[in-house]
Parts: sequence; C-alpha cells; structure tokens
Amino acid sequence: MIRVRLAVPMLVMAVAPAAVAAQTIAITGGKVFPVTSPPIERGTVLIKDGRIVAVGADLAVPAGATQIDATGKWVTPGLVDVNTELGLVEVGYGSGANEATAKGQDAIAASFQAWVALNARSVFMPPAREGGVTTVAVWPAGGLIAGQGALIDLLDGSLADMLLAGPAAMVGQVSSDQDAGVGARGELFGRLRDLLENARDYGRRKSDYDRGQMRPVPYRREDVEALLPVVSGKLPLVLAADRAADIEAALGLATSLGIRIVIAGGAEAWQVADQLAAARVPVLTGAMNNIPQSFNALGSRQENAALLHKAGVTVALIGNGGGDEELFNVRNLRFEAGNAVAYGMSWDEALRAVTRAPAEVFAVADRVGALAPGLEGNVVVWSGDPFEFATSAEHVLVRGREYPAPSRQDLLIQRYRTLPPSHRAP
Amino acid sequence: MRTLVAALTAALLGCASGQAAKPVQPAPVTADTAGPPPGPGALSAPNANPFPSTYTPFESRLTAIRNATIFTAAGPRLERATIVLQDGKIATIGTEVSVPADAVVIDGTGKYVTPGLIDTHSHLGVYPAPGTEANSDGNEATNPATPQVWAEHSVWPQDPQFPRNLAGGVTTLQALPGSANLFGGRSVVLKVVPSRTVQGMKFPGAKYGLKMACGENPKRVYGTRSMAPSTRMGNVAGYRAEWIKAEQYRRNWDKWLAKQKGAPPARDLGLETLAEVLRGNILVQMHCYRADEMAVMLDVAREFGYRIRSFHHAVEAYKIADLLAQDSVSASIWADWGGFKMEALDAVRANLALVDQAGARAVVHSDDPSGSQRLTQEAAKGLAAGKAIGLPLGEEDAIRWVTINPAWTLGLDDRIGSLEVGKNADVVLWSGDPFSVYTHTEKVWVDGALLYDRSDPATAWRTDFEQGYVPQPGGSR
Repeated sequence: MIRVRLAVPMLVMAVAPAAVAAQTIAITGGKVFPVTSPPIERGTVLIKDGRIVAVGADLAVPAGATQIDATGKWVTPGLVDVNTELGLVEVGYGSGANEATAKGQDAIAASFQAWVALNARSVFMPPAREGGVTTVAVWPAGGLIAGQGALIDLLDGSLADMLLAGPAAMVGQVSSDQDAGVGARGELFGRLRDLLENARDYGRRKSDYDRGQMRPVPYRREDVEALLPVVSGKLPLVLAADRAADIEAALGLATSLGIRIVIAGGAEAWQVADQLAAARVPVLTGAMNNIPQSFNALGSRQENAALLHKAGVTVALIGNGGGDEELFNVRNLRFEAGNAVAYGMSWDEALRAVTRAPAEVFAVADRVGALAPGLEGNVVVWSGDPFEFATSAEHVLVRGREYPAPSRQDLLIQRYRTLPPSHRAP
Repeated sequence: MRTLVAALTAALLGCASGQAAKPVQPAPVTADTAGPPPGPGALSAPNANPFPSTYTPFESRLTAIRNATIFTAAGPRLERATIVLQDGKIATIGTEVSVPADAVVIDGTGKYVTPGLIDTHSHLGVYPAPGTEANSDGNEATNPATPQVWAEHSVWPQDPQFPRNLAGGVTTLQALPGSANLFGGRSVVLKVVPSRTVQGMKFPGAKYGLKMACGENPKRVYGTRSMAPSTRMGNVAGYRAEWIKAEQYRRNWDKWLAKQKGAPPARDLGLETLAEVLRGNILVQMHCYRADEMAVMLDVAREFGYRIRSFHHAVEAYKIADLLAQDSVSASIWADWGGFKMEALDAVRANLALVDQAGARAVVHSDDPSGSQRLTQEAAKGLAAGKAIGLPLGEEDAIRWVTINPAWTLGLDDRIGSLEVGKNADVVLWSGDPFSVYTHTEKVWVDGALLYDRSDPATAWRTDFEQGYVPQPGGSR
C-alpha cells in the first residue's frame, strides 16, 4: 500500500503541468478570510494555473471551472508554519533518520543547507497538510549556528517544485551554552560577535583574503562565506532565545552589527516587548506554554504572543506546547492560534500570525500567506472555525491542487477500523 | 491459571471501595533483649502505610452552581442544571434542584461543569520545573529493576507545575517514576493541592501503582551500558525473573503472617512491592507502545497471576483494543503524539475513539506538564478524529476519557471521576464548552473547597519557588 502511494507523486510530476495549466478552480459561497483585505461573507476564490486570480463577493464562475461549493464553510489561506523539521527528520530517535543536525566545526555549520537533501516524501507531510498547513519552514538544529533553512510548499513533488525560498534564513541560538560549545552566555555572545565580524571583514576584503593579504579567518571559509548575506542584512538570522536578558543581548548585537534577526521561542519576550518593537525584530512564539521550565524561561506565559502584538511586535505563531509540533504535529498549528486567541490575541490577528505574518518575516508574502490575486493557490476550505478542534480541513489546495490520497495514518486507521483486522485474524 | 486469575479478579472487585484494606498489625515480636519494640517496618505486611496521607480538605462553603450545562461523566449531559456541593461531597445534582438558602450561589448560565479532571500519567514533583539536574528525581536508572523506590520520596511539593495543573482543572494525578527501568517503582496518587509535604497531597486510601516499562527505553538505557536488558527479549526475561522471586517472597510472607510463629522471613522492599501486586493491593501501570508487546505483557501477567490496570502511552492500543476490552485493561494515551521514535511511529489520532468503540476504557493521559493543563483539548482532538471516521461518539463519551476512566485506572472510581451524589466534590466550572479551544477553567473545587478562581488572581496558589522568581499575574516582570 505504501509503495503504491509513494509512486503517486512520480505520476503527478509526469502529468501535472498540463493538467494544472488547463485548470480553473472556483471556491464559491464560503466565508472568505483573505487576511490582506476584509472578510467576505459569501465570497469566491478563483484559482487558475495554480495561482489565485480573483477574490471577491460577486465573481462570475468561468465556464469549465471546477467548482468547490464552500457554502457554510470558512475559507482561509493555507497556513504557514515557520518552525518545522519536516523532511529532515523522519523518526527522531533510534532510527538514524535524522538529517537536521550538521557536524560543522566548533558548533558552527553556517554553510549547511538543511533542505538540500530534504525528503520530499516524508510521511509526516500529508498529515500536516490535512491540518491546513500548506507552507513550512524547515530549519536545521544544533550548535551555535545550525545552518540555513528553507521555506517549502507542501505539495507532492520534487524539492525543486516545493521550494519557495532557500535559504530563507540562517538559524542559530543564544540560549544554550552547552549546544554552543561554550561555558557561559557571555562567551557565547562573544563568539557569535567574533564570527559575524570575521564574516563582515572577510566580505569586505575578499580579494585581499584570496591573495593572502588579510589575516587568517579562524572559521571555515565556507561558513563565513555563507554568512555574507547575514552580515549584509539581506538574510535574517533566526536566533532561538527565551530569557529576556538573552533577547536584549541579541538585540544589542544585531543593532551594533546592522544585521536582521528574528527571535524564536522568546518565552520572556513579553518582558522586552517595547525594545523588540523599536528594533522591528519579529518573534516566533506559541501560546501553549506557561511553565518556568528552565532558568531561561521563568517568565513563560501564554499571553506572550498577545502582549507582543499589543506592543507592536510582529508575531508569527509556532507550536510550543511540547507535543512534537515541529514534525508529527505540525498539523496542530491552528490550535496554537486558537489558544493565542484564548490568551488575548484577536481572532483576526491570530489568523494573520499563522499566514501573512510569517510570510512577511521570511520574505515570501508575494507568494503565500493571503488570498489575493497573483499569490499561489494555497487555500483551505474548513468545515467551520479553523481554530476549533471539531473543525476539519475539507479541501486543502496547494498551488491549486488537492492531494486526497490517504496518509499513512489514514491507512493504519482503515486497517484496524474493525477488529480483528481483516488481513489477519486474530 | 484461570482459577487463580479469577480469584485475583474477585479480590480486586472486593477492594473496589477504593479504601485500602486495613493494614495488618504486626504482632508483638518477642525480643531477646529489653528495649523499645520494633516499629512496623520489621515486617513485610500487606497494605503497610509507612508514609500515611495527612491530607485534610480545605475549608469549604455550601455552594450551588445554577443553570449550567453539566457533564456528569455518568450519563447524558444535563442542561440548565444545578449542582450543590456540601461538606466536601456532591449533595444534589439535577435539573429540578432547590438551592439551599445559605448557599454561595454561582450563576452557571452559558457555562459548563465537569468533574475534576484526572491525569493517570504525570511526572509532576518528580521532574519539577525548572528542569534541573539537581531536581531530576524521576528515574532511578541504576538498575533495570527498582521496585523498591517510591515516587513520593522524590515529589517536590513546591513544583510550580502543580498550581498550573490545578488551573487546568486537574484535581487528581498519579505521579509516576520514569520509564528507564523494567520495574520503575511505586507511583503515588496526589490531590493537586498546596502542601508543605507530599503526605499532605496524598490521596487518602488510594492504592499504589507499580510503574513498569516495555520496549525501547529500558533496553536503550541498559543496552548502551552493555548490560541486560539490551533487547526486547531481555526485557521480558527481566520481568519474569523478578516475578518468580516475588511469588516466592509473597508465599513465604503470607505463610508466616498467617501464623506469626518463629522468625519472620527477611524483608525486601522491592519484592514487597511486587508481592503486593500479586496480592492485588497495587495496580500495575505499564508503559508500553506497541500492540504486540502489550499482548506479550498480558501473557506475562497471566503467567504470574497479576493484573495490568492500564497500558500507558499505548500508541498502538487501537490494534488490540479488543484484547484490552477482554482483559479489562485501560489505555492511557495521548491524543496525537507520535513519530518521535520507532515504537511511536504508528500513532493515529483516532486511537482514543477506536479504543472506546471496542469497549475498552480510553484515558487521555499527559506525561507532560503542558498537555496536562489541557486534557479536554486533547480529548477534543481524539473525539474529532473518531467522528471523522464515522464513530458514533459525542462529548459525553470524551468527558469520560478525562474523568471516570482515569478514576477507574487509579482504583478511585467510587469516589471521584463523575458528578454523582455522595462522591467527592471535585468540580470544574468552565467558561464554555470544555472541548472548545477558547474555553477557560473559571473555578476549580477540590473536596468542595474552591482552590482556583480565575477571576481572583490574588488568591492564586503560588509555590515557594515562584516567590521572587516568577512574575506575579498582572505584574510586568
């Protein structure tokens, strides 16, 4: 059964371009949430050749269009989860199927492009898509600088088809001395500054470096090379940080070097919300953790996302409840948004925080994250409020295509729906 | 074998009052020399209780919640119903209830009432927050068989996770040792209440549990040290070797206790715990993921004449739900955790629903201080997954997964887990449907005492650790 399913994407790739090119899809009658414009009570979303061509209340359905009747349903952009390991990790423990962590050198692996050997056939992608998530970031993990990550669309196809932006960010952390291979936080920040300054100097004097007329750079050349877009401010550096003091130190570093950072995790970010807002530094965080689980996160609270938003910080919601939200439960992103609403965010802002906001943070807002002409046809038709448990995603379109094949979990359920299972009793 | 199992079943049913049988009083031991008589620790007595609960209910007031939707966990939901809490018990419940004149009356219009939630799988206190090496007290990973350790001796009552659990509606939890060992030690059932001592949290009369573990964890922990077990077959050999010793121990002691003549056998703390399992006085709480391993463990239990009360994690319970129903074993499961290791790979979100549908007891457990605060959200995911495949389930079923089924798993279903007259007044008032993501707990009562009130943060239970470390609710830093 699995073998058959895995064969499907191959077939799709072979025939898809022609099929997509000819196809117009009209999602009609639903309550439409474009995110970048006001909700439409009974609206239509038109998709042609995989892209959205029109969104509105009184649109004529073109002849020959495939119609999806969304009467009584809610229609949103596909959700964007900017904290996953999909395709990098298959089984986290004891399987050897973990490709998220590079060896690097001295905890620095800036040149590691995590998505290069991404497994586009991971069995955890279809469940994420069934949960309405159509775009994800895949980030490397470990060390001080883990490497570069990408944004991909969750379609069944090759990596080249899926890739939206790669690299989308450099990924690092400032909350674990141990992972960074140092003994103290001050040492960690010193090392990070030294690395970035070396990259900056290397970038300025590359020809001198090549002629041996510059002092040696004490890092691997490929790593400082990979950091050039970071030190020039073109590529954001995502820094995992929880403690308010660490966030402040990261802000100081970013300001003095003129680099763009994004704070991930940010348990105590609410305590330095004004500084984050002033520095225009976005925060990726969740709304399901209130546990002082380490001395880095004593101020952890579920209102974090709402307080940050209120202070003017751009917030993208990611899973933080501790239930494997980077992989198996990427599908639960919508419940993170629901909890954010329960803890003070407005519903509209929570939707924005799982669609448009992350797309903006990682510079793909011209491709995904809203329902507007020209954007990819990443659209979800929900049976009701997407943030509620009782709601299901009835249609999930990625670039105008649905992928109705059952996931591995669906197949297991079918197999054991009645006991003893028909294939083997008892 | 059948007879033995039946006899043990009868013994279990006989104890279904939930009150542990009266401890055997050690007979005076004739001392050869003068001096104070030995304490009860000289003997290996059934239902010994050397660390007795000192819990007493907090001060309660006669309270009535009116006009609420009530999930009783004992039948259909009651609409526009009233529940009266008096002297720590549920005094009345129904739609035609007169409210006593002197009661504190709470308007439940638009709100929901459920029993206090129960988490069968918690590591609160033994793995407290913040997670530090200094306070990491959940796994005595020094030997694959450590039935001699008791989780209560690791519980830190000042774990800041306790008040968060209470705020999530959890009023009773089982704190378990971890899963590094084949025999991890005794669990303890706690009321989620502030106390200086663990004894002050212990649920009076609750049976102990024995934590056992299958699969990857024990074989990894010891296999990487090049010692047994390093395989699943090594695991099973390990269980059987201990049960053989335990059965002999039980026989020797029961024989001696019956006559109390001559020198008593040597006491062994570990074997004593296992002997108590064989006597039906301790409930086995077994960490096990895979269906085939659960089936093997059911046979091991039959081989030695004990019962498994609940398989914990049980991500493949749906594959053998019929076997679980047949043997009256509950499945304590996550709604949707999986994939993080090979034995968790086949997790499906319909697990709870499929287990329920097969007639076995489904339980939402957490194994996680965050998930434990949102047990109804977890149940809601399981319910939605069941409905999606066409199972005829409703919220009345899902509420049982977090109340009466876990109560049964702890042997306390006659006292907690449902809203019925005479049961303990462990009650949660919700701002709306507890299965909605937007709903908050508003108030939580334990034995009729209001211990959590969202509208009054000043009264919130804050642990010693939080003083000066964790910002006050409403504070800025």
